[in-house]
Parts: sequence; structure tokens; C-alpha cells
Amino acid sequence: MRVVLAEDLFLLRDGLVRMLEAFDFEIAAAVETGPELTKALAELQPDVAVVDVRLPPSHTDEGLQCALAARRARPGLPVLVLSQHVEQLYARELLADGNGGVGYLLKDRVFDAEQFVDAVRRVAAGGTAMDPTVIQQLLSRRSSDQPLGALTPREREVLELMAQGRSNAAIAGQLVVTERAIAKHTSNIFAKLDLPVSDDDNRRVLAVLAYLDQGR
Amino acid sequence: MKTSRVREALESGARGLYLAIISLAGSITLFVLAVVSIAFIVLGIGLFTTPVVLTAVARFANLRRVHAAEWSGVRIPIPYRQPPADEPPGAVGQVARCLRMLKDPATWRDLQWLLVDMTAGFTVVIFAPALVLYPVYGWVLALGVWRPIHEAGGGEWYGFIHVTSQLTASGAAVLGTALGVLALYVNPAIVRGHFLLARSLLAPTTSMRERELALRVDRLEETRHDAVDTSAAELRRIERDLHDGAQARLVAMGMDLGTIEALVEKDPAKAKEMLAKARQNSGEALTELRDLVRGIHPPVLAERGLGDAVKALALRLPLDTEVDVELPGRLDEPVEAAAYFAVSETLTNAVKYAEAERVWVDVHHADGMLRIAVTDNGKGGAEIGAGSGLSGIERRLGTFDGVLAVSSPVGGPTMVTMEIPCELS
Repeated sequence: MRVVLAEDLFLLRDGLVRMLEAFDFEIAAAVETGPELTKALAELQPDVAVVDVRLPPSHTDEGLQCALAARRARPGLPVLVLSQHVEQLYARELLADGNGGVGYLLKDRVFDAEQFVDAVRRVAAGGTAMDPTVIQQLLSRRSSDQPLGALTPREREVLELMAQGRSNAAIAGQLVVTERAIAKHTSNIFAKLDLPVSDDDNRRVLAVLAYLDQGR
Repeated sequence: MKTSRVREALESGARGLYLAIISLAGSITLFVLAVVSIAFIVLGIGLFTTPVVLTAVARFANLRRVHAAEWSGVRIPIPYRQPPADEPPGAVGQVARCLRMLKDPATWRDLQWLLVDMTAGFTVVIFAPALVLYPVYGWVLALGVWRPIHEAGGGEWYGFIHVTSQLTASGAAVLGTALGVLALYVNPAIVRGHFLLARSLLAPTTSMRERELALRVDRLEETRHDAVDTSAAELRRIERDLHDGAQARLVAMGMDLGTIEALVEKDPAKAKEMLAKARQNSGEALTELRDLVRGIHPPVLAERGLGDAVKALALRLPLDTEVDVELPGRLDEPVEAAAYFAVSETLTNAVKYAEAERVWVDVHHADGMLRIAVTDNGKGGAEIGAGSGLSGIERRLGTFDGVLAVSSPVGGPTMVTMEIPCELS
């Protein structure tokens, strides 16, 4: 799987390259500025891009802007955005086109190499990987609302993991229960939140996020 | 060109008439009231009527300032002393107000102006309508009206012409026409002259301007002290947070790593357990650093500017927020940060104390002024005073010559308005 990596800090870039290579990714390019990223994305047509939000030369949200522009040019281009901090504003911009294949994670998530690589693979496959922080903020904001209040604590836990982009199997693994139990929870959640049922993991996440985000 | 001049002359005539009437009626009335009221201070009643009358005088003068600016482009600055923020309410406040107004040199200048306005001011400005109306009378005479007047024994004079025949009446018409033509050229100047006369008395004198500058220097000194104090306190807080938080965690992590190094061969299971702890420590150190950074300068603010930073802030609030931003550019960084933290604190207040359910934030920039209004539907009763967060916001904005206004009746709603003079880049 070919990856374009954009990160301006040498240490982090180097670490990411080594980590991804260790998990059998092919690093098509590892760049450090916005313009280089735009060029690499257009020329190399990678399977997935891993991008830092803040990049030179502007040191603002150049990485995010480049990623969004690249996705406008090539809809559905898988992009995983890394950031030192997460903002719902940015998460919403990434999810806005509804194409899937996006991820938005705190840089800390690279501490857990396997989970991080799993997120990269999920994004590359057209799925979603949202940072738990984003989901928790969304959930806590709307906790007073009736439908969310109707969820049991366990269902809330499942909803949180589902919104991050995990599959039923992964959720079952994490919560140490059977996949069948998770399937039951998810169908309950879908019913309580009035969401259309879908087999497609990515659509499932978008539906959850759209629900959490509604009325804003 | 010609018609516009005629219109201008007629307009000036009408304005002149209006000014003549109000300078006569208004100035005399107010002057008499003011003199009587000030004299009655001895009896005590004056203490209560004087502020009212003097406020009316100031309003009357301000109305003239407005007309001067709108009609003749004559700008007359306002010299009145601003009431102190802590003027007590009730009778005590009334006395304090009275004394403050009597001590204000601008008050006595106003009274002088009333005298001049009702005499010289009136005399000057009455020429404007006269130069429009008198020619009409000349023509009326010439059209035959002179005859019945003359026959009734009236010795009618038009200007310097004694009208006794059609010839002299025609002379009156010619003179009238000449005056009418004159009006075309001098009428706007007459009105302007009236305003210049008003300006010579209403504008602040040099000593008043010096006093104003001295006040401004005092205020700047005060806000500078505040700014220095605030930033020193801020630095201390950052130092303490780093020392107790992230730094301590990194030290602990280093120690754990040392232990792991020693354990890794003897007791791999224990080493693995400690590795997990070390990772957790590093994650927590990062979280603490992230919070600290957000407290110093929020990343979205640096990346996107005030508008999006306020929007991002609203997304994190546990209540419904409507944000309306109209900023066609970026602000200077210090102003941006001050405005952001002011909004942030105001919103925190709305959540914590006002028990609001909805908040509206409006951010826009016009005429070199950043205006932010934060309105909530909470229970109100917020006040700017010692110890309240609002005073802190006021001080923060004060550094940039910004002001804060709070309207918060008990029962709500609360509306906090901030204004900071600044330019967009």
C-alpha cells in the first residue's frame, strides 16, 4: 500500500516512516511542506495520505487545506489527518463531502502502533477513523438530548467506538464480548437513534456522525 | 450648476430660519432656567434641578454640533467630562452629579455660548432667510401693492428706497433682485458663519484639551500596569503548570525507563507492565501540554483567526450556540488573542453562572472597530465589579483601548458588548 506522508518535524516524520515501513507500507513520498504535499498527491496517486494539519510555509492549517483541495480534485482520496490538537470544526470539514475515506487523529495515537496502523488501513479502504476526543465532545454536548439519553451505558460505549469507525468485530474485541452481542447493541442503537441500518462500515459512521452533529 | 446654487441658497435660508428660531427661543429659555436653577442651589432645590437643566443645555449644544457637522461640515468636538463609573445612585449621586457638572469648565462655556447664541448667533443667521424673503417683498411692492399702502398714508421703505411711485417701487424690485442674487452667493456662508461662531465657544479650549490628554495618560498608565501584571501572573501560572505537570511526568517516565532497563531481562513481565505505565505518562504529559498551549494561544486562533476560533469554541460548549462572524480579514495577533479570551470568558460565564440554554455570538468589524456581542437567555444579574470575571475582561480589553458594556437585568437576558478599535489586515 503506497503512502504519501506530510510532516514538518523531522523526528516525527522519521518515526512515522519507520513505523509504517515496519507494517509493510510503501512510502511513496515523505514531504515537509504544503506545496510539496499538493505536488506529491497529484503526481504519485497514493493509496492513502497521512498529513499533519500544520505545515510550512504558513504554519497554519496548510496541511488540512491541501488535503481538502486534493479530495476536491479526486473525490474519495483517502486522507488521514494528524494533529497536535483536535477541533470539531476541522473534523466537520473533513467529513463534509460525505465520501468517506477520511481520518482525523491526535498525534498521540501513534503511540499505539497497531491501532494507528489499523486506522490508516481503515481510511485507505474508504472507512473512517475519528479520534475518540471528537466523538466524546459530540456525545457530551448532546448528552441532555432525549434519544441519546435513552441509550444504556453499554450502548453509549458501543456508539463511541462505532463513531470512531470500528467494525463490529473490532468493537467486540475491545469490549471482550461476542460479535453477536455487539450486533444486537448496534441494532438497538440504530433503532433508538432512528438511523438507517447499513452494512457498509463507512456509511454507518457517517450516519452516526450526522446524527450527533444534527441541529447545529 | 445654477439650479443647485438656487436650491442651496433656499435650503440655507430655511435652515437659517430654523436656527434663528431655536437660537432665540431655546437659548433664552435654557439660559434663564440655568441661571435660576443655579441660584436655587442655595435653597437646596437647585441641587436637583441643575443637573437636569445642564444636561438639557448639553443636549441643546450637541444638537447644534450635529447640525454644524451635517449642514456646513463644521466639526465641533465635545468637551464634557465623563461621569465616573462609580457615581452613587439616588440623592447622593444627584449632588455628586451637580457638583461634577458645575466643576466642568465646559458647563460655563455652554452658558456663555447661550448668551452669544441668542444675540450674535441669532443676528448672523437671520440674514439667511431674510435674503430669501426680502426680495419677494420687493417684487410684491413693485407689482402694485405699494399703491394702496401709499394711498393709505403709509411711508413704506424698502431698504434705503422710500417707495412713493411705480418708479421707486420698481427700484425696490431691482434692489430685491440684487439681494436675491446676493443670497445665492452668501447664504451658505452665513449659516457656516453661525456655526463657526458656535464653535469658537463650544469647542474645548487648550487647557481643556490638556486636561483631556492628562486623563488619557492616566488611563494608559493604568492599563499598562494591568497588562504587565496580567502577563506576569500568566507567566507564573505557565511556569507552575509546566513544573508540576508535564515536567514531573517526563521525569517519572525517565525513572520508569531506567527501571525497565534494569528489569527487562530479569522480569520481562514486570518490565512490560512498567512500559505501559511509561506510555500512559507520556500521553498524559501530552494532554497537559496541549491544555497549556490552548490556554496560552489556542491553535485554531493561530491557524484560522478569530472567526473560526470563536466557532470552534462554540462547538465545545455544552449549549446551543449561534455564531455570526463578519470579518473580511485577520486582526493583529494581540488584539485577536484579547478578543478571543474575552469571548471565551464571557461564554464560560454564560454556562457557569447564567444557566443559559442558548447563546448568540456576533463578531463583526466596521469603521475601524471590532464589535462583539454575546447574548444569552440566562437568568441575568451579571455586573462589572470587584472580583467578577467581567472586570478581568474589561482590563484585558482596556489594554487595547477597548470597552465592555454589560446589560443584564435580573431575570435575563444578558448581553455583553465589546468594542476594540483596530484595523484588519
